[in-house]
Amino acid sequence: MVCALGIEGSANKIGIGIIKDGEVLANVRRTYITPPGEGFLPKETAKHHREAILGLVKASLKEAQLEPSNLDVICYTKGPGMAPPLLVGAIVARTLSLLWDIPLLGVNHCIGHIEMGRLITGAQNPIVLYVSGGNTQVIAYSNKRYRIFGETIDIAVGNCLDRFARIIKLSNDPSPGYNIEQLAKLSNRYIKLPYVVKGMDVSFSGILSYIEDLADPGKRQNKRKKPQEAEVVDYSQADLCYSLQETIFAMLVEITERAMAHCGSNEVLIVGGVGCNERLQEMMRIMCEERNGKLFATDERYCIDNGLMIAHAGAEMFRSGTRMPLEEAFVTQRFRTDEVLVSWRED
Amino acid sequence: MPLEILKQGAEGRLYLGDFKGESCLIKERFVKKYRHPELDTQITRQRMKAEAKAAGRCLAAGILAPRIIHSDLNSHKLYMEYFDKAKTAKQFILDTVTSQSEDLAKQSLQEFCTRIGSIIGKMHSNHIIHGDLTTSNILINPKGGDYDVILIDFGLSHYNQATEDKGVDLYVLERALLSTHSEQPYLFEHILTALPHGMRKGRAGCSIQVRRSESPRTQEDDDWLTNNKL
Repeated sequence: MVCALGIEGSANKIGIGIIKDGEVLANVRRTYITPPGEGFLPKETAKHHREAILGLVKASLKEAQLEPSNLDVICYTKGPGMAPPLLVGAIVARTLSLLWDIPLLGVNHCIGHIEMGRLITGAQNPIVLYVSGGNTQVIAYSNKRYRIFGETIDIAVGNCLDRFARIIKLSNDPSPGYNIEQLAKLSNRYIKLPYVVKGMDVSFSGILSYIEDLADPGKRQNKRKKPQEAEVVDYSQADLCYSLQETIFAMLVEITERAMAHCGSNEVLIVGGVGCNERLQEMMRIMCEERNGKLFATDERYCIDNGLMIAHAGAEMFRSGTRMPLEEAFVTQRFRTDEVLVSWRED
Repeated sequence: MPLEILKQGAEGRLYLGDFKGESCLIKERFVKKYRHPELDTQITRQRMKAEAKAAGRCLAAGILAPRIIHSDLNSHKLYMEYFDKAKTAKQFILDTVTSQSEDLAKQSLQEFCTRIGSIIGKMHSNHIIHGDLTTSNILINPKGGDYDVILIDFGLSHYNQATEDKGVDLYVLERALLSTHSEQPYLFEHILTALPHGMRKGRAGCSIQVRRSESPRTQEDDDWLTNNKL
């Protein structure tokens, strides 16, 4: 019986979750939403988190109907992420650990997503597509590590979407990706965009520059390029959203399929914030059906960053005997998925 | 005639068939329904062309690759030489590790990596970028007591002299080895050490030493392509 409290604050979400042997007791979250056209900056995000976190801890304990003494371990996100928001979670976790005299565990954010996805969907040994605002990875488990098969070689897919939403001034509420998805439903006009797959890896920065030019031709004009007179094509924002989604999701599905073929696996699990995009799930489902595979996906409660996943991954680590001295309870912006020894899986 | 599916890879289905009486492997890049039709057509055509081109270039450079017999862009089918006894490098590594003692396996895998390394070196000194170097895309074809190493699946390949592209090619391989053969961490190192061998032995030698006008690639390539009716 492990009862764990998890604190997640690596990006613009601050969340607390409590889990007891795979049973969800509490999952509370607040999101820092910026005005349209602006992204979230580290300092302001940390300020938002500082103001929200203690209330959330109290709310989660109330929701779970637990006393601090019922907890076995306190988990927090050690990385990867933005340092100032990460620190908020770490400081609160360290303080609570000392105050309540409960062991402390730092959890890799990506591992949190993977383990939560496996718990919710019941997928045994899937190929994991982890897509969010900061990460884009295709992961497969082998020999006690989650190994990265393919990933982005520049910006993350969610970052590409967020930044495009900023260019066309879409609302950040509830999330830029959600608003792109809704706008894309209004169009079916495909505009040709670059398609960049390099082996198992993908790249999005070039696509972003290209579509930025289409969306706002006046802004970043190539000085050497003569203004073309005849060619005035007016794309609507919906057309651009639709084409962007079609292109980048096709790339993601392709590298996932590659990993499936290479590993001989027929299960796919999508996790991370972009993972709740229904179009991505639909495309992945079609691909899986073509290969007689099975798709596992979750909804926004578990896809988007949450404290629960940190609690769950931490509980698994704790159960398998992982301990962390207080001196190691720091945060790090660079913390790769394959650095973690997966001590809790037997296969 | 219903064709027997040999394998469904990431890119397409493989059948055993024949072309004008010659038995061959048919690789069909079926329509991916998840992709927008326009995007799908564009990608499929691009990759089929790349595959036929690069396989030809490799053969011309003395690197073993399947001979492309015929390509049909309308039905997305590529007809190519079939190696019936060949197995993938991935399988070969697994078999070697399980069937031989540790030292012996290590020794034969090192020898194997040296060969792969020199082949990749040769390919890169001819400026062919494979684009998807994994152990699933390298075939081992037994020949007498020995074996041939054959490169396959050139769908993502292109021709480029840039060092960066060659670097990315090796990076893809390194990661594929790390994730699939994590228990043999020494593989990539041996491939890397063997790279220059291939470059020295390659007909063109290093690109730096050869003046552009002397590059033997174009003429022979063209001859080969005409002879093979591509």
